Amino acid sequence: MAAKIGIAVFPGSNCDRDVHHVLNNVIGVQADFIWHTKDRIAGYDAMIVPGGFAFGDRLRAGIIAAHSPIVQEIKRMAKDGMPVLGICNGFQILVESGLLPGALMMNDSLRFVCRWTKVEVKNNKTPFTSQFERKQTFGIPVAHGEGRYVADSKILKDLKKKNQIVLQYSNDDPNGSTDLIAAICNEEGNVMGMMPHPERASESILVADNSSNDAITIFRSLVSNLKQKAVA
Amino acid sequence: MGVLTKQELQYLEEKLKRKANEIEQDIVGAEWSEHCSYKSSKKYLRLLPTKGRRVVVGPGYDAGVLDVGDGYVLTVHIESHNHPSAVEPFGGAATGVGGVIRDIMSMGTRPIAVLDALRFAPITGKGKAASKSKWLFKNVVKGIADYGNCIGIPTVGGEIEFDPSFEDYCLVDVASIGFGKKEDIVANQANVGDVIVLAGGSTGRDGIHGASFASKALEAENRSAVQIPDPFLEKLLLEATMEAVKQGCIKGIKDLGGGGLSCCLSETSDTLGKGFDVELSKVHTREGGMTPAELMISESQERMLYVTDNARLPALQAVLDKYEIKHAVLGTIQEHQDLIVRNSGDVVAQMPSHLVAHAPLADRKLKKPAYLDKLQKVKQPRAPANLGKVLLSLLSSPTIASKRWVYQQYDHEVGVRTVGKPGAGDAAVMRLDNGKLVAIKLDGNSKHCYIDPYQGTLGCLSEGRRNIICTGAEPVGVVDHLQFASPEDPEIYWTFTQAIDAIVNYCKFMEIPVVGGKVSFYNETAKGPIKPSPVMGTLGLIEDASHVTRFALEPGDSIFVVGNTSSEMGGSEYYEHYHGITGGIVPQVNLETDRKNGDSVLKLIKSGLVNCAHDCGKGGLAVALAEMAIAGSTGVKVDLNSVPNSCKRMDDLLFSESHSRYIIGTQDAASVRRMLSSEGVAFAEIGRAQGRNIEFTKGKNKVVRLALKSAEAGFYSLEKTMQR
Repeated sequence: MAAKIGIAVFPGSNCDRDVHHVLNNVIGVQADFIWHTKDRIAGYDAMIVPGGFAFGDRLRAGIIAAHSPIVQEIKRMAKDGMPVLGICNGFQILVESGLLPGALMMNDSLRFVCRWTKVEVKNNKTPFTSQFERKQTFGIPVAHGEGRYVADSKILKDLKKKNQIVLQYSNDDPNGSTDLIAAICNEEGNVMGMMPHPERASESILVADNSSNDAITIFRSLVSNLKQKAVA
Repeated sequence: MGVLTKQELQYLEEKLKRKANEIEQDIVGAEWSEHCSYKSSKKYLRLLPTKGRRVVVGPGYDAGVLDVGDGYVLTVHIESHNHPSAVEPFGGAATGVGGVIRDIMSMGTRPIAVLDALRFAPITGKGKAASKSKWLFKNVVKGIADYGNCIGIPTVGGEIEFDPSFEDYCLVDVASIGFGKKEDIVANQANVGDVIVLAGGSTGRDGIHGASFASKALEAENRSAVQIPDPFLEKLLLEATMEAVKQGCIKGIKDLGGGGLSCCLSETSDTLGKGFDVELSKVHTREGGMTPAELMISESQERMLYVTDNARLPALQAVLDKYEIKHAVLGTIQEHQDLIVRNSGDVVAQMPSHLVAHAPLADRKLKKPAYLDKLQKVKQPRAPANLGKVLLSLLSSPTIASKRWVYQQYDHEVGVRTVGKPGAGDAAVMRLDNGKLVAIKLDGNSKHCYIDPYQGTLGCLSEGRRNIICTGAEPVGVVDHLQFASPEDPEIYWTFTQAIDAIVNYCKFMEIPVVGGKVSFYNETAKGPIKPSPVMGTLGLIEDASHVTRFALEPGDSIFVVGNTSSEMGGSEYYEHYHGITGGIVPQVNLETDRKNGDSVLKLIKSGLVNCAHDCGKGGLAVALAEMAIAGSTGVKVDLNSVPNSCKRMDDLLFSESHSRYIIGTQDAASVRRMLSSEGVAFAEIGRAQGRNIEFTKGKNKVVRLALKSAEAGFYSLEKTMQR
């Protein structure tokens, strides 16, 4: 059976179609939209929670979506060890749902920021980064208002100890995150949240000047892990 | 607030053959406002060339439609929200974005990009005017960002000009392009018995008399005439509309904008050629006790009107329910030609839709403004000793400086189509699903248009065409947004007709159709009228992704200029910003030269010989070269002796804004020279990309030597200006 990836869609999701395009048309893996009211998901090998403004970011980013039926199902899937990737607003949703620690706060500039930056791979043992070299850096864009990752010293200590910091901004901090954190994973490594947008950096025609489409390795790693699992 | 003039009321009652009641007067008042009826401009807009090989639907509908091949279409529209933004910049700008996006949706296409052209009073200096302007600027940008970002449509480009004529005011123009399948364009045909569905936001008392408010000079700050934005709801409407279009359950569609239900119902009924019978008690309201007139003219945002038949109504309702969008069947399509409005069954208004939708045209007087001749003759300034300092000052001037502070607040990449990003090329470039790409740019120049409205408008079009060509695109269409003060002033009205003449002449000559547009009058405050401010949007098509061109120089590039430079300093940034002079002769467009130079450059780009290309615009040759150098992180060395010109002064040569000029960088100078020679255009190889300085010499004499680092600091100074 070929791997199948679900893309959670909330009212206000914006990057669902972009992730769908990259997975189906660029990588060549089947990915389907799943509407937020779905409370039973079967037949999928991984879930992606895409970016956007789920429920218009009302109350605060991600909080309403975190209480939707699909997120309860995603929690169950995560517990079963299935890979779950949250991108941008998806990261905010995973944090609000308790799948990932810490919080995402307003950027230190107090403005929305959309631009390319560079990140460095700190942990290449997750299903989303396994095809990167450790310490590899690559270009990727961010686009967020509330993307400043904040963790208190205890959480930060844990994150470091358990190798949960997956990507760090490399000398080009767009938002003032604690320890330049761009992506973290849970203790088990199967749930990752990231603020930058790999789906916008997966095709060479879309990359900024002096950059490359190395960010596609996030999706490639995921798909290759799913295939290995299917074989095993 | 009675909004109909005495003559209009008389005309209405003659046609009705009876007295019009108050509700009818309000309905007609909204629809016959300048904003909705184009009563002062229609006569002239009919002169615009609107036909072309790609034009599927021309101006007059919500958006123009262009065929881009392989069964796909592009839609395009431009709108402004000037009055509301001047009063409440955040909400005014945001609802401006919302309105233009709904126009694109109304054609059955998905909006894929937003652009904005903004005009403010100067933001530098310590005065009260500057801080008010800064406040307007900051909040307009935030309004556009919050709305566009939330709805997930990238804001990919635009332009910004600062000029004292916008004191206490601002111009906020928003354009959007949409993309879709030709077969999905909503046909807008209906039959008797079909149903009229209102969906989206609840109707409240916001935006009451908004269209009328925008059809008068801005005197009092009428906040209740400004609508409240809800981008989340618009996003739901967008997705629901797209889903309903795909399912084929929409027969007609129209967004609610200026004039609210009055305009929407009367225009849709008129377009369909069928009568409407609607019941106001079905409208879902935000507050109790709204009168029928208030319901008819409220401009509450994020509302759409759909027409469907009884068989497909359940499917449409199911889609709206999925997105939890409120909706109601307001009424049905009837055999007659009237708009019948009921309140709990009682008819409260009944008029022929055609009469409501077609205001009697206003006959305005024309007079060439007296100021124009005076402005032609100004004393030339003394040439500054240090031209490097002048260049730095121009690079730092907010009109020319990098707009990074603005475009980084806009999500310009959502949708994974943005190939030509802000700040990297002369126009935004978006990829389409058929392998082609669309280039789009907005251009205005109020300074030129004030001194010479005809040549100024030609210049905006020429600049638009140049910008599009520099990205590797063939120009395929134009949208115009004509912004002036009161048309009741014969001198202002004359400037409007000059702009029309320019568009007619340019577009006919270049064979580029006008596919949409908008007119906005009464842009004036107690401080006076704005300068004539036509903003032109130019669209181009790139057939092959390998033709996409940006403007960053690479070290080692040979630099060529195409086109001649003359001492045409009127309205230039050099005169206005550096010397504080308003007047002189503005750059003149020679249509034949303009076409030839552009065609040659496009040919060069398509042949693969060009590494980068940039239009020579505001700030002239020196600024254009500095921008290319900064983008490529390289110095340049240029010998001014080699530049084709008829300038008597060095400062004129550096900073003149003569049209029809292009700068290109290439690694294959010999081939470029050969090709340009055979084209018979004025051109020269003028220097190289090298070193760490921006250097202009005249033979062996140094004219300008500005360190790249200093140039960068000046060019990126807007961040600092906005922090102060």
